[in-house]
Amino acid sequence: MHEVSPGTDEGSPGTKAAVRRAVIAEDSVLLRIGLVKVLEMAGFEVVAETGEAQGLLAAVAEHRPDIALVDVRMPPGFTDEGVRAALSIRQQWPATAVLLLSQYVEERYAADLLAANTSGVGYLLKQRVADVEEFIEALRRVAAGGTALDPQVVAQLLVRRPSDPLERLTAREREVLALMAEGRSNAGIAAQLVVSESAVAKHINNILAKLDLPKADADHRRVLAVLRFMGMGE
Amino acid sequence: MKIPLRSRRTLTRLTRDTSFLALGIPLHLLTGFLLFMIFGLGVDVIMGVGSDEPVVLGFALVLTVFSTPALTAAQRWRFRRLLGIDIPRPVWRRQQRSFGYHCLVGALLGGLEVLLLSLLLTGVAAATVYVWLWAVPWQWRVGHPGYSTQAFYVTLAGLAALAAVPALAAALVRLETHLGPALLGPDPSEDLERRVADLTESRAGAVDAADAERRRIERDLHDGAQQRLVSLALNLGLAKATLTQLPPEAREVIDAAHREAKDAIEELNNLVRGLHPAVLDERGLDAALSGLAARAPLPVRLRVDLPPELSRLATPAVEAVAYFVVSEALTNVAKHAREATRAEVTVTRLGGILRVVIADDGVGGAEPSKGTGLTGLAQRVRSVDGTFRMSSPVGGPTMMSVELPCMR
Repeated sequence: MHEVSPGTDEGSPGTKAAVRRAVIAEDSVLLRIGLVKVLEMAGFEVVAETGEAQGLLAAVAEHRPDIALVDVRMPPGFTDEGVRAALSIRQQWPATAVLLLSQYVEERYAADLLAANTSGVGYLLKQRVADVEEFIEALRRVAAGGTALDPQVVAQLLVRRPSDPLERLTAREREVLALMAEGRSNAGIAAQLVVSESAVAKHINNILAKLDLPKADADHRRVLAVLRFMGMGE
Repeated sequence: MKIPLRSRRTLTRLTRDTSFLALGIPLHLLTGFLLFMIFGLGVDVIMGVGSDEPVVLGFALVLTVFSTPALTAAQRWRFRRLLGIDIPRPVWRRQQRSFGYHCLVGALLGGLEVLLLSLLLTGVAAATVYVWLWAVPWQWRVGHPGYSTQAFYVTLAGLAALAAVPALAAALVRLETHLGPALLGPDPSEDLERRVADLTESRAGAVDAADAERRRIERDLHDGAQQRLVSLALNLGLAKATLTQLPPEAREVIDAAHREAKDAIEELNNLVRGLHPAVLDERGLDAALSGLAARAPLPVRLRVDLPPELSRLATPAVEAVAYFVVSEALTNVAKHAREATRAEVTVTRLGGILRVVIADDGVGGAEPSKGTGLTGLAQRVRSVDGTFRMSSPVGGPTMMSVELPCMR
């Protein structure tokens, strides 16, 4: 497997050999069945499934899974229950990574989610599960303590920026920045843009230089840097 | 017996008029009677006669004041029932006007009604003098043989009176139909005022109902079609990832279906996103706009400048309209603004006004009168008393400015 691991101190739960355990909170039964299939395909063991936020918290407390897959809109209010549940999971059980799925992504929810800690967090559009392989990659990345932000979230964050520093970037550098913000590694970015890894590294150095960001190599630190640049970090 | 049509009409009208007037007598004279009583009692009190008069006087006064609505109701019934004139229910604070009607105008009208009915009755009596003359005791009749000549004159006078009665009755009814609705009903400006208030209220209701409907549709689509489509796309994705052994033709079909499903999700999402996103209720306008701006097919810069503690100052309906304005405007820019490379959305608050400006750098020449998008947009802005302005000179740039009142 082409694993994109941050490979740093961020306590990746379990060893690589151990089967990772997952909890699913999704109120659409149809989709839940599909998600179970995908998780099993990715080598996860689904230890609990639930359709609402309270059940999710109980399941996480009981099973302490490696990752929780959480739908944002769930009963009873059908608004942002999933976001709130995700926040309390991250606070109470930091070892459990959280991947939020939603029909629409909202930068405000992303801001809440990333405010404290950007490791082991993901926020993706639901439709991304349809691209099974990419989704599995994001899933593994988040479970291993990495980050996965939907391109839509990144786009929403960019919309808010006063454009001056960004306008210094070339179109290709913007693409690379967006992919960085999604949480991808150099190899991942290179594969996506069909260029060599060294070209990506050069772009990143240019971006960091143009935006006056410190150089960093770990994925999540880069995400942190990007987010800070976007005005979301601490 | 065949009565000519005209006479029949006159007769019908006369019957109607006289019953209307006759019914007016007790209603009009009742207040007169009450006032007379009050006057009498008042004199007694002033002269110091009797000890319980003040109590009775107070009772009579209270009765007079409180009988006003009942009398007004009775009068409204009389007008509606007999003349088919519907006097709208007056508002409470205009009661003194109907009180004036019952006490002053009413007494006068009552007097005229009494006169007219007396004229009618004496007319009938006089015209038919030959019919009943025999029944009058002998000594009361005109005491000499010439009485039949006198009776002849009496008959003539009676007929003349009867001939005059329909016209007089009609005139009196006309007078009443002028005075009654004017004094008993609400006056025209008040009527307009009330109508404006009614319309404002019903319009707000309609706006809210439409919002609720959009929310419901959004929710239904979210829980239904959107989940099914995602599930479909996911299953096709799984098929694509697992069924690697299939012949290339089959794989192509699965590929195409997978793409189609993803496109359908995207299209439906874009449509539903324009309706009423849940985040608008949860986090307000500012938060909801990010999603719109990021979805636009061209770069959009978003600047929202609302004081954070007052960010929810607008009513949900106004926020929904502001959201819709940005959504429609960006759709419009993407569809129609030729050569536009970027757009800018600015939301600010000026006092009690929420101002939304959408500008693009296209070649301009947009016409609000053409294209249903802009018309619908302007209508929706007007539904919350907002103003819509557009400037799109040929050559560009195009700027749309919407101002919405947002005082809670």
